[in-house]
Amino acid sequence: MASPLEQFEIKPVYPIEVSGYDLSFTNASAFMIGALVLIWLFMFLGMRKAELVPGRWQSAVESIYDFVHGMVDQNIGPKGKKYVPFIFTLFMFILVANVAGLLPYSFTVTSHLAVTFAFAALIFVMCIIIGIARHGIHWFSYFLPPGTPLWLVPLMIFIEIVSFLSRPITLSVRLFANMTAGHILLKVFAGFVISLGLAGGIWSVVAVLPLIMNVALYALELLVAVVQAYVFALLATIYLNDSINLEH
Amino acid sequence: MTAEAAQYFGAGLAAMGIGIAAIGVGLIFAFFLQGALRNPAAASSQQGTLILGFAVAEALGIFAFLVALLLLFAV
Repeated sequence: MASPLEQFEIKPVYPIEVSGYDLSFTNASAFMIGALVLIWLFMFLGMRKAELVPGRWQSAVESIYDFVHGMVDQNIGPKGKKYVPFIFTLFMFILVANVAGLLPYSFTVTSHLAVTFAFAALIFVMCIIIGIARHGIHWFSYFLPPGTPLWLVPLMIFIEIVSFLSRPITLSVRLFANMTAGHILLKVFAGFVISLGLAGGIWSVVAVLPLIMNVALYALELLVAVVQAYVFALLATIYLNDSINLEH
Repeated sequence: MTAEAAQYFGAGLAAMGIGIAAIGVGLIFAFFLQGALRNPAAASSQQGTLILGFAVAEALGIFAFLVALLLLFAV
């Protein structure tokens, strides 16, 4: 039987090689473009005939935008208006990539650390640039919370720097680990169904149990896909907020 | 114990850390629910804080997971 890790294999669809580097158009690239096309169709067709009283599709688009806008507004405040499109793009891409990955025979883009870390590194670098552009050298006071007793200062600075540097790691690994673990779990239970079903006799009847489990896990994975997209967008917002509104 | 056995042993020990982080995540949701049932009107405004607390607690479990992955595939 195929290994549960087989679904994460990257296969070239259209091989391209530029001066020794493998730049093939892979199934990962195909699913990323697919996600973009889906988002574009959803947004464009939904808002094609924008009306004052929205129809079903338009209100679906509007409610998602409103959700992200509300989240940014709550966490950053009026200064965050500029960053709504960025957070919205991030949220939509991760959401669509996660949910599309749940379709049988599809490929989950976000189950690759390379993809999630690229997003997390982008946010991390963006936070530093925005922080320094807005506050200059004063931004480094972020690493020393106000009201720290003098003897705690070196320890606090150390802890704050470590926690700041671990942000891109936790942000990317959280999404990657959740998607990978979920998909492996689904595959393992699907494997149980097949091997029990082929065992014959009473075991073929018992095979219904892992099937029921798999259906329940699918529902859970759908929830995880949406929640992880939300968590990623929310944490990106909170990290941006730390750079924009320096509290001290 | 061979080096390979020690590697798997360490990965298994690191996996325990994930379980301990699960306790932390469970506590966060438990206390949120406790507070939310006392004052349901204020619950929805604290949803963001809830997810943030969950994410921070889970981050430590992720470190344990990372150690397990590093032991299995990188060492």
